[in-house]
Amino acid sequence: MTAVTAPAPPPHAASPLRWVLSDSWTVARRDLIHWTRNPTVIVAGLAFPIMFVLLYGYVFGSAMIVPGGGGYREFLMPGMFAQTMMFGAAATISAVAADKARGVTDRFRSMPMAQPAVVMGRSAADMVNSVLDLAVLVACGLLVGWSSNTGPLPTLTAFGLLLLLRFAMIWVGIYLGLVVSQEAAASTWALLFPLTMISNTFVDPSLMPAWLGTVAEWNPLSATVAATRELFGNSVPELVGTSWPAQNALLLAVVWPVLIVAIFLPLAVRRYHSAAR
Amino acid sequence: MAAGRDAVVTHGLGKRFGSKVALADFDLTVAEGSVCGLLGPNGAGKTTAVRVLATLLRADTGRAEVAGFDVAREPGMVRRQIGLTGQQATVDDILTGRENLIMWGQLFHLGSRAAARRADELLEQFGLTDAADRRAKLYSGGMRRRLDIASSLVLAPRVFFLDEPTTGLDPRNRGEVWNALRKLVAGGTTVLMTTQYLDEADQLADQIVVLDGGRTVAEGTPSQLKSAIGGDRIDILLRDEADVPAATALLARITGAEPEVDAPLRRLSAPVQDRVAALTEVVRALDHGGLVAEDIGVRRPTLDEVFLRLTGRPAEPSTDGEPEAEKAGVAA
Repeated sequence: MTAVTAPAPPPHAASPLRWVLSDSWTVARRDLIHWTRNPTVIVAGLAFPIMFVLLYGYVFGSAMIVPGGGGYREFLMPGMFAQTMMFGAAATISAVAADKARGVTDRFRSMPMAQPAVVMGRSAADMVNSVLDLAVLVACGLLVGWSSNTGPLPTLTAFGLLLLLRFAMIWVGIYLGLVVSQEAAASTWALLFPLTMISNTFVDPSLMPAWLGTVAEWNPLSATVAATRELFGNSVPELVGTSWPAQNALLLAVVWPVLIVAIFLPLAVRRYHSAAR
Repeated sequence: MAAGRDAVVTHGLGKRFGSKVALADFDLTVAEGSVCGLLGPNGAGKTTAVRVLATLLRADTGRAEVAGFDVAREPGMVRRQIGLTGQQATVDDILTGRENLIMWGQLFHLGSRAAARRADELLEQFGLTDAADRRAKLYSGGMRRRLDIASSLVLAPRVFFLDEPTTGLDPRNRGEVWNALRKLVAGGTTVLMTTQYLDEADQLADQIVVLDGGRTVAEGTPSQLKSAIGGDRIDILLRDEADVPAATALLARITGAEPEVDAPLRRLSAPVQDRVAALTEVVRALDHGGLVAEDIGVRRPTLDEVFLRLTGRPAEPSTDGEPEAEKAGVAA
């Protein structure tokens, strides 16, 4: 019978680091298996940024003239990378909201597992996904004529900044996923959309109405885009704005994500622990 | 298992969500090794009670102990003693049945090999061995529920909480889940389950607590609850609707109570003291009056009737759990 064969509860009461790591890995692996066994999600997830590259690069790009004579697609690609990192939040939100709606979050919370592992596992799995997203986008970029014109160090730094932005968005995603209903989660990317558009991704903010340009300049996404453009050697001096955020893009590309994590990580953790419906 | 100890004890548990009272002064005692059914309509506070006891929610007032540990002060210890199966089956559709159980086993820190062994045992115990390597997406509702329940039992909890374990299942699948639960109870696990189905509580529970508006409105064994609202009843189904008034008068005279009458359906029902005497007398009187019955019988009240009487009339201030047969009536 159950009472005889079932293992006794593990002897530890606290959750030492070892359990945090191994439980995080178990949770992350579950999320990754979901991903790999769900081909439509993979295809849709990858098709979206590729479609953007083609639409903006060729449809709009045909009408774009980049001052200084650089190619628009070269100008565009760092923006596409960063935008994809930003949109990643939508995937996090929907996965977290689905777990909550299906009672999986409650079950995790009622178990003697290491509690931080639930959110850590999620963020680890999403980071792995993001690296793959980024790899596909880079391949796509190389095909349409983009390349990094600098050395390996600045190039790697640029990818690091992109993943830092994605990491920050994971915590926004976990928090929102725990707050909103599963139905609402499906439409959150519609809210992300203007956030990614009002930036320097597609056009230089100085071409926008002044107030909108200011918003675009201060958009955390713009910082990452401008910084990575610089690091990839895709920017042209004419395009680097004279405003403070444009001049300090590299600094802001670190400060913004760190600030977002500092706000949303505690919020997400607290929400997870109280998750009262 | 030490006999005679209490697996769950709550004192004056209260919880509000904004202005809505979810639980008010809720007291509960569940003896170790017994099955307690929390019965009540939607919004009665059943789920809130389970969530507080399973450390998912903090009560505003009162205190609760599960397996001897305070849920608010020692949630970590409580979590090591309990299993929880919530309203939704937390089965992972994309994983196979075996993978689901192994994952939970690993999260219970069994280690890969022990988790795999335990998964096999549970698959066997819940009759899922043949389906073990199929994705859970392909499981029937009953199989999903059984897998879900198995997932909560990886560590053989001392106290097992089930929140509406068979909601949405067809009768055959409900039967499967009930059988699984009976085996578990036979193994000595204490079970606290919520349900909206009275037959479910009747089938499985030793003790039933009826909740309404966050308060306990009645408590007892299934048969105590049934007798509490007036013992046996006599039911008559007439052939002709025209006979209803005459039969009603006759039934009222014999039983000394106001019968419940559904004229269009030609049904009458009244409480009786002595079932055999009443039945004989009614049959004789009907015959004498030339009234033809299609069906006639004496039965114990169903838990549905108990339930309706206790919770069916929200306008009536719920008294302290002593149902009053005289005031009882079927709600609109």
